[in-house]
Amino acid sequence: MTDTATLSRPNVPLAPEPEAIEEAAKLLYIRALKILPDDVKEGFARLDAGETDATAKTILATMIENIGVAERTENLLCQDTGIPIFNVLIGRNVLVDGWALKQAIIRGTARATREHPLRSSVVHPITRRNEHTSCGERVPVINIDFTDRDRELRLEMIPKGSGSENGSFLQMLIPADGVAAVKRFVVDRVLQAGGKVCPPTIVGVGVGGTSDLCMHLAKIAATRPLGTRCADPEGARLEAELSEAVNALGIGPQGLGGDSTAFAVHVETAATHITMNPVAVNIQCHSARRASATFTPDGIRIGF
Amino acid sequence: MADHVLTTPVSEADIRGLRVGDRVTLEGTLFGIRDATQIHMFDRGRRTRFDLRGHAVIHTAPNLRKVEPSPEHPTGYVPVCVGTTTSDRMERFTRPLMEREGVRIIIGKGGLREESLRAFQELGGCYLAVVGGAAALETTWIEALEDVDLDDLNPESLYRFRIRGFGPLLVAMDSHGGSLYAQVNAAAAARRQAVLERLGAA
Repeated sequence: MTDTATLSRPNVPLAPEPEAIEEAAKLLYIRALKILPDDVKEGFARLDAGETDATAKTILATMIENIGVAERTENLLCQDTGIPIFNVLIGRNVLVDGWALKQAIIRGTARATREHPLRSSVVHPITRRNEHTSCGERVPVINIDFTDRDRELRLEMIPKGSGSENGSFLQMLIPADGVAAVKRFVVDRVLQAGGKVCPPTIVGVGVGGTSDLCMHLAKIAATRPLGTRCADPEGARLEAELSEAVNALGIGPQGLGGDSTAFAVHVETAATHITMNPVAVNIQCHSARRASATFTPDGIRIGF
Repeated sequence: MADHVLTTPVSEADIRGLRVGDRVTLEGTLFGIRDATQIHMFDRGRRTRFDLRGHAVIHTAPNLRKVEPSPEHPTGYVPVCVGTTTSDRMERFTRPLMEREGVRIIIGKGGLREESLRAFQELGGCYLAVVGGAAALETTWIEALEDVDLDDLNPESLYRFRIRGFGPLLVAMDSHGGSLYAQVNAAAAARRQAVLERLGAA
């Protein structure tokens, strides 16, 4: 163990121990399944205040009641423990043994599953065999990125529910289709998904990049906190327009009618090729679960 | 828009008395069933020892804790969290569930399609919508897990739950050809053109 005085001296790199990563991975998986982020709770209050359909009001009230029941009984919000996704955001002046980090995340996920216990929702894609660890080949999904934060490592956990993950679509549109086709694609996929994706949803839209990057952008968009905006001004304009559009369709909570089809449409963009115009949709259900742990020289901060 | 309390198993007359928009609270027994359960039952010829005639099935695969079998927990499992999954994937199993096993009520989320609606009409069945993603609340309506069959498919086994005050659930597809999903989808499709025009994308 390094003592705090040494750690807080500038230029001593942050080096989180694999054991601490493992504990955090376990804690975050369970916490994410039980406590909904504040921005999503506020999203519910906003939708409920604006909803005009009586059935939709009743359904929203049940969802809001469920959030309270889950917290009071320390139970899971939803039975679907999802596919575990971890985003690792590594700042500057951070020392990580990448292999050890990966193994720590896998161990933490398996321990959460066995020790809580949680339903393992992860199977081999061909044999459908379930190892009852929520782990398997290339799962948990681990995304690694780098940030400019000094001596900070952020671990984000997203248990991605399958009902909404099955609402994933990619189309390699062409430049002549224009942005109009991008908009049509989003509206038509929301219509196609209907109640199957557990609305009210966050509709994640990726625009540009390559096929795989485009789909990943849609996932980033779907799992971004409510109230955040696309950094690209054109993308921000598009998400505002599309948010209004999908909520004018009347699909409503659970696909049973109403104004509250989506909390928001989120857009993420990336540069693309002169011949390409890719668009992807990835949907997040109303149980828009996230949890995070931020490692700094001062300790570990748990949040959303 | 009537309120009903039904104790399972139910009769065809009970089901014919329900209309879309009604609310139903269930008492008695409820069976949990899912993708793998039905793939094995109907595509791979496996049979259950449970008598499902007149019963309700819910599209679920619960979170369970393993314990030593006891009179209180005869299955060796305690339910931790019981919720509902998207029904649409199991559309093609509605008719065989009703014809071969005699099921009369399917509980799920997101709805089923035209062929299920026809089966409900012809054979006397209905679809009751529970609020998906509200599993913590739903778990409080489960009294006990009484028995498990086809448990090599865990967590997608066939479960027999004892329930109390399970609901209120919304009659979303009835035995008279009524479907709230079909109504909502048709209305949404009719709004598509105006929505695209406002986006400059018609």
